Amino acid sequence: MANKLTFDFEKPIIDLEQKIEEMRVLGQQIDISKEIKDLEGKIEELKVEIYKNLTRWQRVQIARHPDRPNTLDYINNCFTDFVELHGDRKFKDDPAIVGGFANFEGKSVMVVGHQKGKDTKSNLYRNFGMPNPEGYRKAARLFELAEKFNKPIITLLDTPGAFPGLEAEERGQAEAIAANLLLMNKLKVPIIVIVIGEGASGGAIGIGVGDRILMLENSWYSVISPESCSSILWRSWDFKEQAAEQLQLTAQDLLKLKVIDEIIEEPLGGAHQNPKQMYDVFSKVLAKELQTVSKINKEKLTKLRREKFYAMGIWQE
Amino acid sequence: MSWFLRSKANIVEDTQKSMPDGLWTKCPSCSEVMYKTDLEDGLFTCKKCSYHFRIGSKEYIRILIDEGSFRETQDKIRSTDPLNFVDTKDYPSRIVEGHKKSGVNDAITTGVGKINGREVSFACMNFNFIGGSMGSVVGEKIYRAAKYSLDKKVPFILISASGGARMQESVLSLMQMAKSSAILAELSESSVPYISILTDPTTGGVTASYAMLGDVNIAEPGALIGFAGPRVIEQTIRKKLPAGFQRAEFLLEHGFIDLIVNRKEMKQQLSNIIEWFYN
Ligand SMILES: [Zn+2]
Repeated sequence: MANKLTFDFEKPIIDLEQKIEEMRVLGQQIDISKEIKDLEGKIEELKVEIYKNLTRWQRVQIARHPDRPNTLDYINNCFTDFVELHGDRKFKDDPAIVGGFANFEGKSVMVVGHQKGKDTKSNLYRNFGMPNPEGYRKAARLFELAEKFNKPIITLLDTPGAFPGLEAEERGQAEAIAANLLLMNKLKVPIIVIVIGEGASGGAIGIGVGDRILMLENSWYSVISPESCSSILWRSWDFKEQAAEQLQLTAQDLLKLKVIDEIIEEPLGGAHQNPKQMYDVFSKVLAKELQTVSKINKEKLTKLRREKFYAMGIWQE
Repeated sequence: MSWFLRSKANIVEDTQKSMPDGLWTKCPSCSEVMYKTDLEDGLFTCKKCSYHFRIGSKEYIRILIDEGSFRETQDKIRSTDPLNFVDTKDYPSRIVEGHKKSGVNDAITTGVGKINGREVSFACMNFNFIGGSMGSVVGEKIYRAAKYSLDKKVPFILISASGGARMQESVLSLMQMAKSSAILAELSESSVPYISILTDPTTGGVTASYAMLGDVNIAEPGALIGFAGPRVIEQTIRKKLPAGFQRAEFLLEHGFIDLIVNRKEMKQQLSNIIEWFYN
């Protein structure tokens, strides 16, 4: 557990783990293996209790854990033969969105996702996963390539939002996202969308229109981040916990609201606690979903995709 | 403009909600003081500097749609409170306030009408209703208005004025971006014209979906149009933004708007554009 970022709500677990460490040292002199075993059992119970009752804000924190597997981690561990393709062929390459050819369980796919860094240096390079217009246009280019050669598309969502910069506006951030929404509604190849971390607003949905929309258990997806929502509606940054509750942004919430199709279960405590287990579950679910959508007739698939979004929303009349 | 003058009595009543009280109004741009009736005669533009005042669907219908031809549709759809959203106020009271302030039922009004004799499906956002924010109702009404265009093969005209997606419906609002784009994909494939008119202000998820997807994108002069709001950008880059940034003229210069049209010429220009598709 050394040097690993932990959260306040995990403190009871960390304290017990420390206690066991101390007992282990002591245990070299006298036999207390039974006591240690009891404590270990207690830790497991405590973990279940804490992690199964996370608040929405706590899940947001887990979704942002620096060790949480990111797009390239999934690409490198769940896919093979990845060939990264760079650039939008118009302006430049945006490191905040990665994508390219990959093989998933014997079949060629196009995989595209937001890319965050793991530390300050890589985060600066990746612009913290906040794309510029060229990122969305690179994605569009790769989607069209997939369409041309009839390969399914998999997109991985993990962004704190599209970058709110001066040049981003100059180059048409809004147009780039809008164009992708239209394009993804026209494509005839299957599209599977998986929210792996943060799904913040237009920057997320800009690569998020698909036939199946899945969320990892501790990811979030919302019209706005809890912090920005707090600052706009409460006029203060201090209401992020309440904002997270009000926004109902967890995978469980979105399943209830009929926005997503399925929740991908994470290892206890979050994907970063056991990445290997996460990759196994991820691959299993993706294989099943790909098989399901690949069976649907191509013309019908696009129609069904649009109908899926037509059904979204709650109103009265 | 006799069609307009004839119904002036009604306009005074309708616009009281969005215009300052009293007989006089001051231009926010050049400080010119004008009689409200003069302002209305000038289609709510400043007679001195041509500043375009923010107006709602009732005014745009009078300005753009042939008199007597407009029939409102989908006026029974209402916002509910699917998330039981409460911030400093609860969402239902914001809906009630929005209704009082704007005199309309939600942030968009839809209907069918004629522009110089050509039938169109018409949608117009109301900025005075919770900042013109897009929630489930806006998305559904756009879907149905566009579907009407698709079924009847008539042009779809949509006037945007919005701060973006409505926070109180969270992800449901966000999904309206995909929903509206989906029906626009159908229009596009069936070669049904879609004309988007962007007015002050059009930002956030509305710009990043249907507002930018017109076969023709028209903006009113000086309209603020962007993805991120100017304040958010200033906080991010820690610099003051240059004058004219994110204004209609800036977007035209950078290639995202086809043309800028003065409100006084909007109906004629819209009609010219519609005729191109028919002749
Ligand atoms: Zn003026």
